[in-house]
Amino acid sequence: MCLAVPLKIVEIDGLNGVGEVEGLRRRMRLDFIKEPRVGEYVIVHAGFAIERLSEEQAKADIAEWNEVRDALL
Amino acid sequence: MPCSELRLMEVCGTHTMAIARAGLKSLLPEGVELVSGPGCPVCVTPPEVIDAALDLAMRPGVVIATYGDMVRVPGSRRGDSLARRRAMGARVMVVYSPMDAVDWAESHPGSEVVFLGVGFETTAPGTAASLLEAAGRGVRNFSVFSMLKRVEPALRALTALEGFNIQGFLCPGHVATIIGAEGFRFLPEEYGLPAVVAGFEPEDILLAVSRLISLVRAGRAELENLYGRAVKAEGNPPALEEMRRVFVPAGDSWRGLGEIDASGLALRAEFAEYDAVRKFGVEIPAAGGETACRCGEVITGRMTPVGCPLFGTACTPEDPVGPCMVSSEGSCAAAYKYEGV
Amino acid sequence: MDEIITLDYGSGGKKTSRLIESEILSRFSNPALGELGDGAILPGAEKIVFSTDSFVVSPLFFPGGDIGKLAVCGTVNDIAMCGGEAKYLSLSLIIEEGLERSALSRILDSIRAAAESARVQVVTGDTKVVERGRGDGVYINTAGIGFLRRAGLTPGAMRDGDAVLISGTAGDHGAAVMLARGGLIDDSSGAVKSDCAALNGLVDALFASGAEIRCLRDPTRGGAATTLCEFAGSSGLGIEIEERDIPVSPAVAAACSLLGLDPLYCANEGKLLCVTSQETAHAALEAMRAHPLGRDAAVIGRVSAAAKGRVILRTAAGGGRVLHKLAGAQLPRIC
Repeated sequence: MCLAVPLKIVEIDGLNGVGEVEGLRRRMRLDFIKEPRVGEYVIVHAGFAIERLSEEQAKADIAEWNEVRDALL
Repeated sequence: MPCSELRLMEVCGTHTMAIARAGLKSLLPEGVELVSGPGCPVCVTPPEVIDAALDLAMRPGVVIATYGDMVRVPGSRRGDSLARRRAMGARVMVVYSPMDAVDWAESHPGSEVVFLGVGFETTAPGTAASLLEAAGRGVRNFSVFSMLKRVEPALRALTALEGFNIQGFLCPGHVATIIGAEGFRFLPEEYGLPAVVAGFEPEDILLAVSRLISLVRAGRAELENLYGRAVKAEGNPPALEEMRRVFVPAGDSWRGLGEIDASGLALRAEFAEYDAVRKFGVEIPAAGGETACRCGEVITGRMTPVGCPLFGTACTPEDPVGPCMVSSEGSCAAAYKYEGV
Repeated sequence: MDEIITLDYGSGGKKTSRLIESEILSRFSNPALGELGDGAILPGAEKIVFSTDSFVVSPLFFPGGDIGKLAVCGTVNDIAMCGGEAKYLSLSLIIEEGLERSALSRILDSIRAAAESARVQVVTGDTKVVERGRGDGVYINTAGIGFLRRAGLTPGAMRDGDAVLISGTAGDHGAAVMLARGGLIDDSSGAVKSDCAALNGLVDALFASGAEIRCLRDPTRGGAATTLCEFAGSSGLGIEIEERDIPVSPAVAAACSLLGLDPLYCANEGKLLCVTSQETAHAALEAMRAHPLGRDAAVIGRVSAAAKGRVILRTAAGGGRVLHKLAGAQLPRIC
């Protein structure tokens, strides 16, 4: 129900920010991210960043993917 | 347990889409079935509510701002949709964010911009923040027609339906981002149903399905969060706070599930001025009679899309009867467009 | 001349003549057009290929091209896909009152450049001006005549086991226009560009390669998926495609995920899909890769009688599904 894309924060101006992926930049709101920092990744839905993405956790998730690939495929 | 009885439900249209697009059903172990639940916000909106939005679109001065998802959804009359009303002269703009609608309203003070607030908890905080922004900036020609819904009451209602036959839930990752993985704890604790919070990459989904299968087979009713990179146990408190500041749970009607207590999100009375329903005296017409469309049963996992007598013949994405066929993440559209092999 | 086009320029009188002389004849002089007759009289007694297309794109200018370039390439490509060598074009402009003359000049310059590079001549045309609010700046129709160079290019010629090739990355034009239209997403690196290009040179290279070419088509509206469905549907044979072999540029993939679109259903304006015999697929691939418009060409699948008129996509995740034609325009979505 909720398409959301990971973007890297490249600009912050109060509650407004700009997120980037592959050189594509779009405006987004940062209302729900406490103390956002440029360079962090957030997940964006309908123009709002809804959570920061944890890099460490992302690596852990991807490691699990490989396990399931091996198990299922 | 015989394998053929293992039925798992994904309660998120984005999961439905991702499963179909990546052809994941062809990779499931034999006997395991993935069933789509009431996870497409457009699909669970009753046709009468769509009718009310279509009528609102025809009022002089009104500009409907909506996500693209809603544009082709039919109301109770076949073929009647925002797309058709636009061709008849209604003003309908597609936005990616409710903030775009606020900005547009601010620069077009002669128009009344009505944002169709459709979605679940993922979408509700942004809708709330946009409304607060409009109020803060004094943009009085912006209002929200809230069709927002909450997932938990719907899942509870689903488990109580006659013929409910699901052994585990693939929980919606982005709803969980907002309400927290703990928001799904009631599934194992109160209903004895394993629940896994999942991300949206094909690998995320395969992993979650394989974990669910193990939990079900081991008879372990547990909650697991496999989308840790974006979902915390407690969710996103500032987003929840914003949502609660603007919206209050209210009884709401779901296609396929009927009236469910506290399953909708209505605007609080203090924001009446920004509530399109109050502002324009919108009345939701009474529910019409039964149609041959079986969306209600499809949404609740009691019928597969191909089980509907209209599927693929009288009802196709080009000429849809029900919302499950028109919404890009509707289970019928997914089954039709991304037919398995 | 005025700086903007007004209704008077469509009156058929002096101002119309002035517009035609200063804007059209100055750019497209050739003996056939210079006659300014009701039609052009052209040499040639070969089998001809005749095609027409109308262009209504918004915005008029987008990264990688504009409506003028599109109007030339679109018709030249349609003729090339039929095995024809485009020679002559008609050019009809329906201009909305208020269009800036500088914009019209840019579009016409672009038409001239595209026509020169595609080796076609604009030999007849028409200009109308409609009231403000009744057009989108400018609409263009072109019709083209070409001479048949290779007969029998049709999906009906496909055989079980044939190879399916694409000449480059999928979805570039559709994604570029959507980005240019929305104004919401800023392509800071300029990586998403329309692929708008005349494909007659690439087709020449394919013919020269000696490959046994069964059919050609440019996957414009509806994207690669829709064209593959047309191939499969009209041949009665099916097609099997490998998702991981379909080239998609990373920026277009990202744009599609931001916009909620599928690159396989996004328009292309400078790509072709080509079916060749399995034995000569390599020759076709090498010929395309050696051409500037085919550098990213790839074999993406094969014709399969077992697929029975359907297009089956093997997904990157290892699953399989049936591809269908696009139903209605793609709408950006949040769900």
